[in-house]
Amino acid sequence: MDSFWSVIFSTDFAFSVLRVTTPILLAALGALISNKAGIVNIGMEGTMLTGALTGVIVSAYTGSAWVGLLGAVMSGILLSAVLAYFTLKIKTHIILGGIAINMFASGGTVFILYMVSGDKGTSTSLQSKVLPNLHIPLLQDIPVLGPILSGHNVLTYISLLAVAGVYYLLKRTPLGLQLRSVGENPQAAQSVGISVVKIQTIALLLSGFFASLGGAFMSMGYLSLFTRDMTAGRGWIAIAAEALGGGSTVGTFVASLIFGATNAMANALQILKIPSELVATFPYAATVIGLLVYAIAETRRKKKKNS
Amino acid sequence: MLKYFDAIRTLLSVAIALVIAFIIIAFISDDPIGTIGIFITGPLASSAQIGNVVEIAIPLMFTGLSVVLLFRAGLFNLGAEGLFYISGLVAAVIAIYWSMNAMIHPAVAILAGSAVGALLSAIPGIMKAKWNADVLVTSLMFNSILAGIGLYFLNYHLRDAAAFANVSYKFQETARLETIIPGTRIHTGLILVLLCILATHYFMYHTRWGYELRMTGSNRSFAEFSGIKTGRVIVTVHLIAGFLAGMGGSVEMLGMYARFQWTDLPGYGLDGALIALLAKNNPLSVIGAALFLAYIRVGADQMAILSDVPAELISIIQAIIILLISAEQFLKMWKNRQLLKEAEKLG
Repeated sequence: MDSFWSVIFSTDFAFSVLRVTTPILLAALGALISNKAGIVNIGMEGTMLTGALTGVIVSAYTGSAWVGLLGAVMSGILLSAVLAYFTLKIKTHIILGGIAINMFASGGTVFILYMVSGDKGTSTSLQSKVLPNLHIPLLQDIPVLGPILSGHNVLTYISLLAVAGVYYLLKRTPLGLQLRSVGENPQAAQSVGISVVKIQTIALLLSGFFASLGGAFMSMGYLSLFTRDMTAGRGWIAIAAEALGGGSTVGTFVASLIFGATNAMANALQILKIPSELVATFPYAATVIGLLVYAIAETRRKKKKNS
Repeated sequence: MLKYFDAIRTLLSVAIALVIAFIIIAFISDDPIGTIGIFITGPLASSAQIGNVVEIAIPLMFTGLSVVLLFRAGLFNLGAEGLFYISGLVAAVIAIYWSMNAMIHPAVAILAGSAVGALLSAIPGIMKAKWNADVLVTSLMFNSILAGIGLYFLNYHLRDAAAFANVSYKFQETARLETIIPGTRIHTGLILVLLCILATHYFMYHTRWGYELRMTGSNRSFAEFSGIKTGRVIVTVHLIAGFLAGMGGSVEMLGMYARFQWTDLPGYGLDGALIALLAKNNPLSVIGAALFLAYIRVGADQMAILSDVPAELISIIQAIIILLISAEQFLKMWKNRQLLKEAEKLG
């Protein structure tokens, strides 16, 4: 047991938690924004995967990681725009629309990868670029905190800043207010002159933006290439993290860290021969229990109101 | 014409998706006509290929039928994925460790898998029925939980160290499903799934239970108001849908494999949603929808082997079909014009 705790309480472990959390957190923030606007985007996994591939291809052809990142983000926004057009304009069911995005991405990315590189598994033949790691002056010299917080990929810092940004957006801006009011009561929002379709479109585009940032981190930070299905369920984890976080920005951040920590722990557990497969299911179980507690409380509250 | 509106829209969606696929092929293939020819006729090229289509359609019919029931009751539950997986594992365990004669061994394994599927499916069902917990999120969580549990059993308990891959011990011969058509691998699971489809059709359209299910699906508050115990309906639908998804996983495992080797969710749950869409939530139409999906998949595989276009093209076709078929407004203009015409005729 000692070795386990020494692994858990090492700066390396804390560092890797932040690293593993990054893609989950980015996508979870996207899921949070669209859920707030009352529109459930379950296409996060597919959007991440598409962003990951586009980032690699664009950076390989332009020679710039930053242009690659821009390409990744554009692809995520474009994919969400397609989803928004179908679900909000011609009324495809949003869940089915999300399934379509995921189906498109799981095979479509392999298809495009094969067309571009002649390989169906990885993008090794493409000279793609990686986004830089940042060593923060002063901070990196502080004991314990330095090794944990400094030296991360630039997208890890962006993900942390995004938490503050999304919090501010939802709580303090007119757009945030509109997003929340559309989500809580679309008819009421419409009646005071808010365009529900417009706000939900913005919400979907933002969710695509964040999901593709998460995807870009996978192929241009976490790894330095694209491999098929490389997001490996992180888009679904993001949706779970948003649910576990109870629909609040801070909650989503904490829940993403919990999922990140259980993922990072898998290696430490291997040493102890505790099956990581089972430990990986704990956050999902926690999400189910959290949802159940919330649903029971809601039901009680409604009953009280009625009686 | 209006009577066939849904059918026309479905066919047109499929046609548009296929045309887009052909356009993509035309751009990337050196021999577009030949490639499209392989894609269309490949599945009919030999009896083994035709058999392939039917084999692939069997699990699709099971999960499609399961999802039809849920969608028809207005429940957006995507849990068939995880149930299919874990039931396959349960059937595999019984196929590996229990000894029985060939008559009852598969039956016991399939029943056990189906029962596990039904019980696990009931949990999100009860949460929905009693406390209105969002069934989409809970079912997705269950998929991840069941995948983790399944992988744990494979890695720690069932794994055959003598095999060179991450696979379980071999099933006993008595547990495997029998092939019913020589020259193919079509197994007795086909008969089972067709019986399930007929039974579901009967229950849905000819019993009070089916009526209650459909009422609950179209408007839960109204159904509750008119005296239907919608909570009970929701739990029952979950039990049956889970049973069917579980049976699908067990049948697929015993019909197509000799060892348990799924290291990840096999994807049939989401395919089931696509089937339910194509079938317009109609049990009998599940047969045609599953055969169609299986057909274009075998066609795509043939195309990948014999030409320069990868099989993954299929997922683009599927995405377009889903987006168009479930689009309420797609062709609505045309429908409205037809309505007007008919009104004029009457007036």
